[in-house]
Amino acid sequence: MAATTTPAPLARHLLRARDAADAEYADPSLDVATLARRAHASVAHFSRTFKETFGETPHQYLQTRRIERAQELLRLTELTVSEICLAVGYTSLGSFSATFKRTVGVAPSVWREQERAYALRARIPSCFRREWQRPRAVPDSRIREADGPEVG
Amino acid sequence: MVGDQDEALAWYTEKLGFEKVVDMDAGGWRWITVAAPGQADEFTISLIDPSVRPDVEADVRSLMARGGLNGVIIQTDDARAAYEELSARGVEFTSEPEEFFYGIDCGFRDPFGNAFRLTQVAAVPAEPTPANTPS
Repeated sequence: MAATTTPAPLARHLLRARDAADAEYADPSLDVATLARRAHASVAHFSRTFKETFGETPHQYLQTRRIERAQELLRLTELTVSEICLAVGYTSLGSFSATFKRTVGVAPSVWREQERAYALRARIPSCFRREWQRPRAVPDSRIREADGPEVG
Repeated sequence: MVGDQDEALAWYTEKLGFEKVVDMDAGGWRWITVAAPGQADEFTISLIDPSVRPDVEADVRSLMARGGLNGVIIQTDDARAAYEELSARGVEFTSEPEEFFYGIDCGFRDPFGNAFRLTQVAAVPAEPTPANTPS
């Protein structure tokens, strides 16, 4: 039976861009413009349709993915906060710490102490944690959406 | 659920290496199942066209394209080898093999957005340590 390739819906292209954010979050140069290119869309169109499709902006998605990965490293490693900041794609400790606190509610070091009390959570496979436990972004009108690198 | 049954059947058999188990007219709609080689009695995947349920078709297609249909985990004896083999066939991986406390794990999607995990389960799960911590 011959296979026919049907045109992928826009959401499928957007999902590929979101997958790229999941896989390449550690690259500080990964930004909304790069993700838009992966979706074969202009930055403005990409940002608008991404939010319509997934309920949050691509900037928020990338930011919260980085924070989620930072939480995983805080939970399971002895890396310093500075090392984790760099490992998840931030280049400024101040920017990382501020974003972490705004998103999670407490500073990274405080969160690490709190979370260590719940060590059993670490037994949940990371693929499930990555899918379901990413923190939600706190709206911040100061964040520009269709911008370049988000890290300061 | 799949976006196109012919395309899905080709992908699941030619790219993923599964075998067609059933392909039949079920009375106005097409029933197709595939399975890992030699395992049709244990686990099959139905390649269903969401148009069989017009009342939910639009929602299902939207969920599928947005990556909202997840949960299938395929166990393998060698995750890294399977990753290399499937990548060479053009399977779209979302994450490369990584070592976790439960084994070696990676993820991929079918052409329609359905997500799969490919896992080589560790014989005895180790305690989480920095050495087996995901990046």
